[in-house]
Amino acid sequence: MEFFHRPTSFPFMATRKVWYTLSAILMIGSFISFATRGLNLAIDFTGGVTVEATLTKTADIDAIRSSIESAGFKEPQVQNFGSSRDIAIRLPPDSTQTAAVIRSKIDAAIKAIDPGATILRLEVVGPQVGKELQTSAAWALLFTLVFIGLYIMLRFHTWRLSLGAILAVMHDPILVLGIFSITQTPFDLAVVAAVLAVIGYSLNDTVVVFDRIRERFEHNRRLAPALVLDQSINQTLSRTIMTKVVTAIVVVALLFLGGPVLRGFSEALMIGILAGTYSSIYISSSVALDFGLTAEHVFPSIKKSAVDQTP
Amino acid sequence: MLEYARWKYILVAAVLLIALLFALPNVFGDDPALQVASKNHENLDAAAQKTLEQFLKERKIEYSRSYIDSGRVMIRLPDVGQQLQARDAVNEKFKDQYITAMSFAPRVPDILRKVGLRPMPLGLDLRGGLYLLYQVDVDSAVGQYLEGYGQDIRRALSAANLPYIDVQAVTVDSDRPNTVRVLLPPATDRGAVRAAAAKAVPDLTFETVSLPSGEAVQAVLTPQKIRERQDYAIQQNLTTLRNRVNEMGVAEPIVQRQGIDRISVQLPGVQNSAEVKDILGKVATLEFRLEYTQGNAFEAAARGRAPLGAKLYTYEGRPVLLKREIIVTGDQLTNATSAPTQDGPGVSLKLDARGGDAMLKNTRANVNRRMGVVYIEKRRETSEVNGQQVTRDITDQRVINLATIRGVFSNNFQITGLTAGESRDLALLLRAGSLATPIYSIDERVVGPSLGKDNIRKGVNALVIGMLAVFLFMAIYYRTFGLVADVVLLANVVLLTALLSMMRTALSLPGIAGIILTVGMAVDANVLIYERIREELRNGVSPQAAIRLGFEKAFSAIADSNITTLIAGVVLWVFGTGAIRGFAVVLTLGIATSMFTSLMGSRALLTLMYGGRRKIARLSI
Repeated sequence: MEFFHRPTSFPFMATRKVWYTLSAILMIGSFISFATRGLNLAIDFTGGVTVEATLTKTADIDAIRSSIESAGFKEPQVQNFGSSRDIAIRLPPDSTQTAAVIRSKIDAAIKAIDPGATILRLEVVGPQVGKELQTSAAWALLFTLVFIGLYIMLRFHTWRLSLGAILAVMHDPILVLGIFSITQTPFDLAVVAAVLAVIGYSLNDTVVVFDRIRERFEHNRRLAPALVLDQSINQTLSRTIMTKVVTAIVVVALLFLGGPVLRGFSEALMIGILAGTYSSIYISSSVALDFGLTAEHVFPSIKKSAVDQTP
Repeated sequence: MLEYARWKYILVAAVLLIALLFALPNVFGDDPALQVASKNHENLDAAAQKTLEQFLKERKIEYSRSYIDSGRVMIRLPDVGQQLQARDAVNEKFKDQYITAMSFAPRVPDILRKVGLRPMPLGLDLRGGLYLLYQVDVDSAVGQYLEGYGQDIRRALSAANLPYIDVQAVTVDSDRPNTVRVLLPPATDRGAVRAAAAKAVPDLTFETVSLPSGEAVQAVLTPQKIRERQDYAIQQNLTTLRNRVNEMGVAEPIVQRQGIDRISVQLPGVQNSAEVKDILGKVATLEFRLEYTQGNAFEAAARGRAPLGAKLYTYEGRPVLLKREIIVTGDQLTNATSAPTQDGPGVSLKLDARGGDAMLKNTRANVNRRMGVVYIEKRRETSEVNGQQVTRDITDQRVINLATIRGVFSNNFQITGLTAGESRDLALLLRAGSLATPIYSIDERVVGPSLGKDNIRKGVNALVIGMLAVFLFMAIYYRTFGLVADVVLLANVVLLTALLSMMRTALSLPGIAGIILTVGMAVDANVLIYERIREELRNGVSPQAAIRLGFEKAFSAIADSNITTLIAGVVLWVFGTGAIRGFAVVLTLGIATSMFTSLMGSRALLTLMYGGRRKIARLSI
């Protein structure tokens, strides 16, 4: 079986304005949502209290909310979590009460509604921990981008490809954040991990395409750059789609079978994989072309690169 | 011609064999278990094991087997219900001998366990338990340090008859106290003071300064000194917390430093956070003082001030005066155990040589006078005032016992006056040592055991189904070569499991997600190679040459694409904590193992299948 029986020849470079526009719309949409709605930060980042409980019958969310309010907690968020009998309660940070007190109060408040309820998980995160996590997540993002940019620069000898890779790679987390902002999906630490994994992974395709570009240039240095880029993307297209399908299979398994704890993580991965495939096909090479990529940039001297070795 | 060096075959085979061995313990699963340890830290032996087995049989509590693991008896039980019953029964019968802890014991055959092969440990989110993050008050550690220097300097100046106004801990160009300063009256010989101070505290550099308020000699702690002191305080607290956790008898606890001034504590299986936090965070000690008899306690209480050389306390609702001079403090204890006495619950104490001497001297000189035992407990309360975090330290001091000295004793005696629970806690705290500086919890997570089981089930389901789908897809898409890729993928999972078991990093739910993701990504290298082989075949290259060229030409793309993911993995590893680090570890290791299996493993397998001088008409790809 094969997706593409013979090599395809889609005119990616000629149509690049279309793809730029599409990306621009997606990016602007993400930024607008980000600026106006922000992210629904989980208590990992804001500090506060999360309680997960399971009830013996279908949860009456409103009754539980008012029971918790009358126990003296302000603005409780009560949601179904997983099934109709499981609930998640979120409370804003409150440093005047110890976790043990909060636990017993919440326990009593839920049991007043359903005596057979049990608390499955209780998390109390201090506000300063949340702030630090925000900072370290931001640093992690920045470092990843910088190091990857440097690596591409070293490997492919030209900032043009490096810039293309970085733009394509930034495109993906921005879209993930944008969609998380639009849907207000809870954004927790696991999602940050997913976003970083996406950055590394979406670059896979870009790098494979770039590798092919280098090979094509080596093969024939006189070919027009736009043609070389088109050929390279088309020749690697089967592989790009194939690996993404396989990774998507496992991520779908995670999404549907991994349970609510991994839901946000798997959604971020799914969006990131789709966005990553798109950006490495339609964005990364086109950007390099628009910044004037030629064979000379990839091979400053006529020396055969010594990387192709047998493992 | 398709060939592969013999040493590479051997390497692949050897790595896989070792990996299989290390991954093996993970397939057996685990049982609920009861872990029984001795209260006096003695290693339990076969006799104790036998006694426990006998006892369970008497009580008709079913157990599947028991064994001794690093001085503790592990009893495996068929289900959680039996586990609870066994715990309650053992606790009731052997209250004074053993500490019990509920845990899970792997069903690994004895022969594997004896050679040290264990399954990978599970994180708290998968087995249930309590996670606490403590902030260590390192500033107060530095403060204590300055205070100590101050005392040395005072003593030295007094001894040398040098006048001074005060010795203080002050703040110089910093946001926290970092300097010890000697304020001097006008026309003092600053040089002499400086020399005396430098002699008393040789590890600081003193300078003379002129302040608006007068002349002074001071020493500023270097940042390095401050850091050393902070590290020392953290280390000491780590040790104490470890001791306390061990005293509680929790199975496989993890106590580790996190960042500059934090300590995280993971207690698998523990659900009641209030009790644990109470013990872990408590700073408690004892002081022994003689009664002060030259004054009237009621008068002192009425005036609200104790006479010079005495301190005012209350005991059983009445004021009492004790001497300022302390005979023995809690740090001079070498052992403390709770034991019932004829006057109710008590604590048996053992002192070190110096403490024993002091006690002997004092009791000998003061027979028929009264001695008080002061129980001191420090804690920290954090509250929010006008949006600002305000913390204050509270010290509770109370006389728990005031009794007449009936006879002379030295390093071995008992005290009473606490409730049974208090005696047990005090004995534990005294044994486990005191915290060098106060700590307070800033993050607390409890995961119920049923949620843990549920998380494992879901994670494993996703892994198995995801993998099966990938296997099927690869087999359909690449036929024989797809099956080769499937074998290689399976080897990759085995290798990764083995590495994780060897490193003994706890597997968390994000870690399982990392394994699943690795399966998806490990396919990538195979796909790159196979697509390359197909391409070469399309260009009319012979099958065997196509395989060789496929591997050769795909190598640089595989290396480049894996290195970029590796960068993200390493950054996550460095910046992440807890579960995120677990994910990063799996991701990073997964990249390494998948490079090995898909480059070397699959090449070895394909060369075995298609190599040599055989003529091959076409490939099933």
